[in-house]
Order: sequence, then structure tokens, then C-alpha cells
Amino acid sequence: MSDVQQRIAARVVPHIPHGAVVNLGIGIPTLVADHLPEHAAHLQTENGLLGVGPTPGPGEVDPDLVHAGKQPVTARPGASYFASSASFGMIRGGHVEVAVLGALQIDARGRIANWAIPGKPVLGVGGAMDLLVGARTVVIATTHTAKDGSAKIVEECTFPLTARRPVDVVVTEAATFRVDDGGLELVDLAEGVTLEWVREHTAAPFRVAAELGAPV
Amino acid sequence: MTAPVTPTRPLVREVAEALAPVRDGATLMVGGFGLVGAPLTLIEGLLRYTSVAGLTVISNNLGEPGRGLGRLLLEGRVRKAVGSYFTSNPDVVAAYQAGTLEIDLLAQGTLSEAIRAGGAGIGGFYTRTGWGTALGEGREERVIRGEPHIYHESLRADVALVRARKADELGNLVYAKTARNFNPDMATAADLVIAEVDEVVPVGALDPEEIVTPHLFVDTLVLSGATR
Repeated sequence: MSDVQQRIAARVVPHIPHGAVVNLGIGIPTLVADHLPEHAAHLQTENGLLGVGPTPGPGEVDPDLVHAGKQPVTARPGASYFASSASFGMIRGGHVEVAVLGALQIDARGRIANWAIPGKPVLGVGGAMDLLVGARTVVIATTHTAKDGSAKIVEECTFPLTARRPVDVVVTEAATFRVDDGGLELVDLAEGVTLEWVREHTAAPFRVAAELGAPV
Repeated sequence: MTAPVTPTRPLVREVAEALAPVRDGATLMVGGFGLVGAPLTLIEGLLRYTSVAGLTVISNNLGEPGRGLGRLLLEGRVRKAVGSYFTSNPDVVAAYQAGTLEIDLLAQGTLSEAIRAGGAGIGGFYTRTGWGTALGEGREERVIRGEPHIYHESLRADVALVRARKADELGNLVYAKTARNFNPDMATAADLVIAEVDEVVPVGALDPEEIVTPHLFVDTLVLSGATR
């Protein structure tokens, strides 16, 4: 994983309350685990484990113990295993406090697209839709722009939405936005990043929080 | 002192005998999350001992390229797949694009709940998941407690192939860590349930507190020959 992805993951940590039950999606969200202080959260993975521990060392890999990205993990003391239906009962039922997910696009109202690309066959959705409707708080962890440099935060998603529900927080390597009924509000700039840079690389309107000291 | 309990009939079968009831065009539920918790001996057995084809397979994924259910697909045995995540196996994408494989894509929580409900005698259910998205199009909608939900029918199968760590001679099952995943749900939702296990222990050797799948759900046991 690149340095940029690690920086994004580190910037998510302040949005995870101490002791929360957290589900980390595949990709950048998975990296968040490496940046959380030990025992700061209870990690739930939808394939049936609450209490995900660190990646095992070589020789300690158990083929029956993986996270939803199918990579080997360990189980912490106090962990529990459960069936898929129970796992998604936890998720849809509002028992998971925070879900950290990736996104392909985020719209001006904070709704995301992260499961399908127009023109390609739609053959995978996994747990994204359930997490988005069920987690009490949804934090998006994503690069600020796509690989081709185009904005990921856009007025309207051109990719299919994952849910109608807006997310709560969007964290990129450059900026953090909070989402409320009024749409996106820029609440943090990463060190060395200017408001002008964020404006240039964001294709949706956003407000700027007063504490950033910038004109609205 | 209570008398030792013995099963009224032995449940353990050779793989070929266990799979003999599977028919062409059957609907199978197959446990596993990728290859983790997949009944690889039974899947291999379908290829080795049967000629069944035209199968509908309900499983989260279709294995990995050339492995597990991925092999069943490559051998032309699968007509339709019902699951949540097929993009990790490029062979599935290719078969879909070639028009040789039909796919029914469900959100993973909807898939697992549809199986659970099917095993619990529930005809269908409403969920918020997928409402207002491409997966919710054309589905019956209903507002419950102020929130829009969409309807899904539950799922059942002719045969479930599940993977557990250990069984007792009655067919009680215990699982291994995250290899549990869809297996206990699927073990409730098919007319014939075949469980692949590493070990069969005498009745009474399992702590009743640790049994995840009670024996009334399980019809047949086979011993795993897969290298783990």
C-alpha cells in the first residue's frame, strides 16, 4: 500500500470513538487497523468475527481465520465467531457503530457510489449496501481524486449509488468533510494543503467550517 | 447412568454415495467465503463421481479461478449462480459475458438472510438494503417505521453442501473460526444436507454448549479428504 493510502488511513483514526464496534471495508479502510491504538476499537468483519486482531506472523497463519478481504487475521481475547446471517443482523440492525468504506464517487449530498462501474458487468456488491444502510456512522476513506486526476467528489454521481443514505464523514489525503442536511462541509485540511487546492480538485460545492478561518 | 446414544442409522457415507441423490438441474447451496469454509471434497466429488450439470449454485462467490466452485464452473456444470461477490473470479465474469452463466446478484446481507429465512419457514422479508439502487429496481416496496424497504423472497435448495470442523455420530456440527460463515444458515435451508467434516466423534463427546448446528438439520456426513 502506498504512502498516500497510509496517510488517509491515519486521518480516519480521530473519527473512531474509543471502544467502538467498527467494520473496516476492503482497501484503504483495512489499513486503518494498523493506525488504531491497541484495544481502541472492536473490529467486526462481516464474514463472521467480532474482535479482529493483528495480521499473523509468518508460520502463524490459520487458513480458517480471515477477514472479509480474505487476508489472514488473528482473533483477540474476547473475540466471537458467528454465521453470516447473524453478522448482517448486527450490521443492518444498527449494532455496528462505525463503518469505514471506500468510494469511487461521492456526491454533493454525501451519497456514495462504490460497487459498480457503468459499461462493465455488475457482478459484485458484497456487504457494501448493508453497511451503508445499517452502520450508525459511515466514514469514507478515499483518495481525493481518481487515478486519472479527475474529481471523486462530484455534484452528481455518474456511477450507480450504493445507497440513498448519505455518509457522515469523508476523509481524503488532503481534506476532511462532514456531511449534514446542507451537504458537504470542509472541516479539516491536511498539512501543506491549501483551500485553493481542494477547490480545484473537488467538483461539488462545499461549505468551509468557520474554524478553518477561510471565507465561506 | 444413562444408556449410550447411538444413531438409528449411520450418517457417514463415502463421497460418491453421499452425492448420488444430486440430479441434473438441481439447486445447490454451497458454503464458504471464497475458499474459506468451502466443502472442497464434496465439490471435487461432484466432478469426479457425478455428471450432474445445469446446476443452480447459491453461494457467496464461485470459488477462485480453477479452485473450488471455480472448477465446477470451468467444467461446464453450472448454469446459474446466486451470490453477492463474483468479481474476484475472472472466469465468472468471462462466463457471464459469453452468455453461458446466468447471475443473480444479491447484497451479502440479503443473501444470508434469504437463506436463513428459507430454513426457518419464512416466505420472504423486507430490507432497507438496496432500496433506491440498481439492485432494488422492480422490487416491491413498503414503508416500515417511516423507512422504505424492498421485498425479497427467501431461498431454498434441493441440496446443501456444507463444511464443518467436526461432527458427532448424530450429525451435530461445530465449525472452525471464520470458516463458519454461510454454512450454518445453508444447513437449515435444503431438502438434503451433506456436511463435510474433518472428524466424527462419538455421541456425547461434543459439549452441547458448543454445537452450532443441531443434528436434526444434517442428513449425511462425509470425511474431508482435502489438504488443509
